[in-house]
Amino acid sequence: MLMFLRRYGTLVGIALVFVYFWISLPDTFVTSRNLLNITQQMSMLAVVGFTMTVVMSMGDFDLSVGAMASLSGIIAGIIFVSGGSPQIAILAALCTGLIGGAINGFLVSYIGILPFVATLGSMTVISGLAFRLSGGKTIFGSIIPTSFSGFARGGMELWSTELVIPNLTLVALGALVFIYILLEHTVYGRRLYSIGGNVEAARMAGVRIKPLRLIAFALSGLGASVSGLMYASRVASANPTQGASLMLDSIAAVFLGMTMSDEGQPRVLFTLAGVLILGILGNGLTQLNVDSYVREMITGSIIIAAVAASSLSRTRTG
Amino acid sequence: MKHKSVLAVKLLSISKLRKTFGATIALNDASLDLNAGETLALMGENGAGKSTLIKILAGTVAPDSGEIHIDGQLAKLTTPISAYRLGLRFIHQELNVIRSLDVAENIFLGRPYPQRFGLVNWREIRAQAQDCLKKLGIKHISPEQKLSKLSVGDRMLVKIAAAFLEDPAAPARIFVMDEPTAALASEETKRLFKVIDELKRRACGIIYVSHRLDEVLAIADRISVLRDGAVKAEMNANIATKSTLIEAMIGRDRVESQQIIPPVRSESIALSVDRLNTPALRDVSFNLHAGEILGVVGLAGSGPEFLIKGLINEAKAGTISLNGEPVTIREAADAWKFGIAIAPRERRSEGLLMMQDIASNIALPHLNKFSLLRFFLSRKHQAFVARKMGVQVRLKARSSQQKVRELSGGNQQKVMFARAIAGDPSVLLLDEPTRGVDVGAKYDIYALLREIAEKGVGILVVSSDHEEIIHLCSRIMIFKDGRLVNTVVNSEMTEQALLALCYGESQDRIAC
Repeated sequence: MLMFLRRYGTLVGIALVFVYFWISLPDTFVTSRNLLNITQQMSMLAVVGFTMTVVMSMGDFDLSVGAMASLSGIIAGIIFVSGGSPQIAILAALCTGLIGGAINGFLVSYIGILPFVATLGSMTVISGLAFRLSGGKTIFGSIIPTSFSGFARGGMELWSTELVIPNLTLVALGALVFIYILLEHTVYGRRLYSIGGNVEAARMAGVRIKPLRLIAFALSGLGASVSGLMYASRVASANPTQGASLMLDSIAAVFLGMTMSDEGQPRVLFTLAGVLILGILGNGLTQLNVDSYVREMITGSIIIAAVAASSLSRTRTG
Repeated sequence: MKHKSVLAVKLLSISKLRKTFGATIALNDASLDLNAGETLALMGENGAGKSTLIKILAGTVAPDSGEIHIDGQLAKLTTPISAYRLGLRFIHQELNVIRSLDVAENIFLGRPYPQRFGLVNWREIRAQAQDCLKKLGIKHISPEQKLSKLSVGDRMLVKIAAAFLEDPAAPARIFVMDEPTAALASEETKRLFKVIDELKRRACGIIYVSHRLDEVLAIADRISVLRDGAVKAEMNANIATKSTLIEAMIGRDRVESQQIIPPVRSESIALSVDRLNTPALRDVSFNLHAGEILGVVGLAGSGPEFLIKGLINEAKAGTISLNGEPVTIREAADAWKFGIAIAPRERRSEGLLMMQDIASNIALPHLNKFSLLRFFLSRKHQAFVARKMGVQVRLKARSSQQKVRELSGGNQQKVMFARAIAGDPSVLLLDEPTRGVDVGAKYDIYALLREIAEKGVGILVVSSDHEEIIHLCSRIMIFKDGRLVNTVVNSEMTEQALLALCYGESQDRIAC
């Protein structure tokens, strides 16, 4: 029973939360429209959560993802203001994420700063930069080309016009497949897990730690900027704080996922489960008109409960 | 050294201890007595039940049945604190020290700090710590030193010293030492033995666990041999011999496998080191021949333990040549690339990924070979090679998917060898290849190393176990003060002679 709970407790949790909302919101929760809407709402968190999994598989953190998502939106917005095309805007935003992430990785692996400190510092710098570039204002309105904001509204039609998979969901799925293959089926991924398992043993077994770490942080930065662009497209605007919640939520999603893994390893499919929990909770509680502050309290408590249950069962079963 | 008290006072009496973990019987009605003023050696292969017995005494594992009496009184060892209060002290083989704290605080770890006016009395702490060190005759470690600045051997000494911290409220009566000398050099071991003699004079009892037969024969008054969770033999140390002990431990006579002919070395040089200088080594030059097993010995801190890391790490000067070609090695990855395989000293902290399976551990340095375009991993290929290598090193495991932490020490060590030879190396660097490995597995490993050498691999073995060096090596390099001071051909070498060489050179050096 304990083993079962340890393995599947978090999944059972998702199911219970889902059933609760189903009963409380009989008409609106389990409809194909709402379910697809949930996938769209959580797609941004999903992308950051997946790339955060890459960093956390080595036992590191990236605290700068929220600020990086915001900055990416702002960069795209500024390019729109100066008349640039969406292609240029997207490219510039992605480069910002990739370079910013690589700088994080450089600080962590080549300079030797603890990830917590390095990314805390870069988070502050990036956030300040986003405010400076935008003048603290939201970039919105007709400046944002419809081809850019339209992307988030579009989707892939399935059997009927009722069933449209949102483009943002498709982007998240793509990121999932990419990170899944990267972590589980490439030499690179296995080396990351060896670093997470025992960095000294990995080093002595011939793993070149530094470049691997740099690449992982670069991927995390890239994931953050993809997510920032998705957000900007969805709300057809960019402001310097819109990604802020992504940092804590993505780390929470990875931790929720880790409760399901045998060895407490972050795995991307488990992170997906963590993202699902947060997404379903957010959607259901909003529909129940739960105050947003109370919503945060509930979400936080659930994260603590899940991680506590898993670590308790771990110590019991040895 | 061995003196028999006329009247044996029973200090500790263990009767019919039984402990099962699931289907495994760890202890099967084990009984033994410890008298005041005696050293009882507890021997047995890994998995014989020694560690379970120690854990029960330490109060960290509860027995299913059986009783423990101390001074004739039924003892309830339910927590480590109750064991401590009853006068039990433990020296464990694992180094649980806090590197960021100083020696004095490590000695006081888990004990109440002396106080004055409600504040910590640092002077008293240092003084008491100094006393503990003095008891072991240690002069080169001061209570103010940070543990991170000490060598592994010195850290072990600090741990041992901590067991001698006096506490009037709970005087120490019984010392349980689990492989206390694993990280010690011979002269430190000698000091420890002197302390043990002193403890015996004070009517303390010592339970001494070690894989080192010579040591046990030197220090023990009586020897109890555990096999399959029960005491299978008890003997007085003065009538025991290595072969009777080994026979009792493994239940069959494998003494003939001890007869070892050092492998013939070929003339071609596999690894050549010219004037290697590192923070710990001075002007070390040597040649390792193909097919040779070359031993490295020396007193703790004198250089052997820094040699392999010194060859690999970036902080060095000197030339390293492989099969005649100079090579640049900045990190372990470079060494593996050139066909130099490494099996580091500490299995748990720098050798293996304990949470991962056998196949992943074996494959880790060779992942590029098990992949498509050096990127996409082929788990099938990886598992295939892991199985093949597992057979070659006679690894005992359920499958290549088994987690490494579930294996015994000897089998974990074999996983490291399997990893090392999976890439067909030309040179193998081994640091303490049989530390904490039981006797049976040890001889397996020796046979395996000889097989590898016969294939033409040059093997460098750093070991503080002189018996092992003499068994295995064709030549032996002796280090002193970070320098290579002597290289001898191993013919009719004895442990005494080797030890004399380790010491002798130092005296010459002091003389000139």
